[in-house]
Amino acid sequence: MTYEDKTELIIEAGRTEKQYWKDLWRYRELFYFLAWRDIVVRYKQTAIGIAWALIRPFLTMVVFTVVFGKLAKLPSEGVPYPILVFAAMLPWQFFANALSECSNSLIGNANLISKVYFPRLIVPGSAVIVSFVDFLVSGIILLALMAWYNFVPDWRIITLPLFILIAFGAAMGAGLWLAALNVKYRDFRYIVPFIVQFGLYISPVGFSSSIVPEQWRMIYSLNPMVGVIDGFRWAILGGKVELDWPKFILSLALVALLFASGVWYFRKTERTFADVI
Amino acid sequence: MSDTVILVENLGKKYVIGHQQRLPYNTMRESMVRGAKSFGRNLLKPFGQKVPNPAYEEFWALKDVSFEIKQGDRVGIIGRNGAGKSTVLKILSRITEPTTGRISIKGRVASLLEVGTGFHPELTGRENIYLNGAILGMSRTEIKKKFDEIVAFAEVEKFLDTPVKRYSSGMYVRLAFAVAAHLEPEILLVDEVLAVGDVGFQKKCIGKMEDVGRDGRTVLFVSHSMNTMTSLCNRGILLESGTLCSDTSAEEASRIYLNKAFSVARGTPLSQRRDRSGSGKVRAYSFRILNEEGREEVSLESGKDYYFEIGYHNHTGIIIKDVVVSLDIYDERDIIVFLLRTNFTNSNLELKADRGQIVCRIKNLPLTNGLYRFSIFISDADREILDYIEDAASVSIEAGDFFGTGSPGLPSHCKILAKAEWSTS
Ligand SMILES: Nc1ncnc2c1ncn2[C@@H]1O[C@H](COP(=O)(O)OP(=O)(O)OP(=O)(O)O)[C@@H](O)[C@H]1O
Ligand SMILES: [Mg+2]
Repeated sequence: MTYEDKTELIIEAGRTEKQYWKDLWRYRELFYFLAWRDIVVRYKQTAIGIAWALIRPFLTMVVFTVVFGKLAKLPSEGVPYPILVFAAMLPWQFFANALSECSNSLIGNANLISKVYFPRLIVPGSAVIVSFVDFLVSGIILLALMAWYNFVPDWRIITLPLFILIAFGAAMGAGLWLAALNVKYRDFRYIVPFIVQFGLYISPVGFSSSIVPEQWRMIYSLNPMVGVIDGFRWAILGGKVELDWPKFILSLALVALLFASGVWYFRKTERTFADVI
Repeated sequence: MSDTVILVENLGKKYVIGHQQRLPYNTMRESMVRGAKSFGRNLLKPFGQKVPNPAYEEFWALKDVSFEIKQGDRVGIIGRNGAGKSTVLKILSRITEPTTGRISIKGRVASLLEVGTGFHPELTGRENIYLNGAILGMSRTEIKKKFDEIVAFAEVEKFLDTPVKRYSSGMYVRLAFAVAAHLEPEILLVDEVLAVGDVGFQKKCIGKMEDVGRDGRTVLFVSHSMNTMTSLCNRGILLESGTLCSDTSAEEASRIYLNKAFSVARGTPLSQRRDRSGSGKVRAYSFRILNEEGREEVSLESGKDYYFEIGYHNHTGIIIKDVVVSLDIYDERDIIVFLLRTNFTNSNLELKADRGQIVCRIKNLPLTNGLYRFSIFISDADREILDYIEDAASVSIEAGDFFGTGSPGLPSHCKILAKAEWSTS
């Protein structure tokens, strides 16, 4: 580890270093290098590498379309059902992958953490970046579906980055909590797959939020991914899809809270990672 | 003072160690049980003292350590296993936080606690140089600039595009050290990384570190080898179970260390020694030297036959097969004179499920008179080190009659005795 400035560095117990955020900036390339490492290694170790990021969401989309669209005949908001599903599949897969990668990231890099100094936030951060690359890759499927069904999105598509950012915040916030807890209590290894599976059932991935009865909507929006998914649909599908703004704002506030508390808890426990990992 | 680069005041580091399980981390169930228990205790005795939890023990790895390091100092940090050397470096490099005390550091610090941290076996040498450089805090442009120099230093030109999992361990170490050596810090912290690698490369690394020292930069160097330490450093800091024992010249510190090593080997019974490493599944608890009649001896004679007997406890409760046991014998200058190791003679052992004795017989003891120290090493094939105690015992050997001629050899020149036949033609 290196740091350039000539000023004196003070190390003391419980000192929240003013240095920290400066260091985070100084080590910014490490975000890139760790993410790059994970991606390169994945493509070296798997035979079809990149295709995994396509096959999984594609097959899930097919199953959901058949089950919810064809068999259960749920309403499709006037767009082709596969596109309805895939517009939700994208943020959901991103969230689910980012969450699992993030929560395992510290344990997976235990050796780095006990032997070198760098701001620890980089490790879960770059795990989310890896999932983001997968997200971009599986975005290709959405483009293909749009071409296939001759579906042209309207102006709202330009707001998509905003919703991606919210998904980022939700994944990172929850991921930071789980990553930090995982270092201390290894039980969380078993909780994460459960959260991911359970979350899929209670999030509007295979169907539209509009089928949820009105009296349940408020409670339903307490799931931060509901806001993210509805936002994605609003931006991508355009036209008739309406966003329930008050509930969306609620989701947004929850994501902000999750993110802020995640960073807070991570920073608080970070200093003991090297001792217990 | 202006030329002080590191000032350490009353440094302390506390670890909490669990006894019931060997893993340092908790499970939630356990925390909940613990929480409930202490809640119950507090209900019963609301005004009583907090009862310490027997399963968790506080342990001070460093206590009240203070020192000052000036620009250009080359400081060797020495001490027994578990003395806290690595902990000092970890705190200085901000990997872990101190529990008490204050440190101020002026200048760019680079630390090398382990060779090849962050190397990924699937990546090529070239890729790993970039990755490792970034982990150590170099920017991409900086690495690019030094790339050729790093490759030349590591002598791996031909293998740059081979995954490092195909490297020999020597190449691996060379590459890893090369990256770290090109950080150009003002303060370099190095922990025993040279213990690996061949002699030629060790020399090169030491040369590189001497360069760093010559440029007026500061080096803190943890070592077990007194020879390397004294040749490289001008100051020595000796730590003893977490406290600063002496802070003097390198030679003096090394002398004190060796003296203490002999007295430790003499003084503390093996079963009470805590300065050991390894997983602890097996622990050596006694060491005796028996003569041919089976009687214990404290002082040996060259040329006689002896039994070295190690009493062990096997805590796993199952029989362990294919166990490697090694007795490493050191002379007064801290040089290993020889190793008695089961795998040299294909005689790896099987340990009983509870306890027993390991016996090693040596015939015609080929050592001249002097003081020797024994280290005991027990491992489960090459899977895991079970127990390792340095300076487990100290033995004095008296001149006996190895050659059958009454000659004791020449102890001041050479410690090992060997019989040879001479003739002319
Ligand atoms: N994370 C940790 N949790 C609990 N105890 C620890 C931890 N790290 C180190 N210790 C303990 O602190 C003591 C000092 O350890 P340290 O690694 O600094 O020793 P050292 O002098 O470097 O020894 P060695 O020569 O074997 O490398 C040891 O008794 C060790 O068991
Ligand atoms: Mg050490």
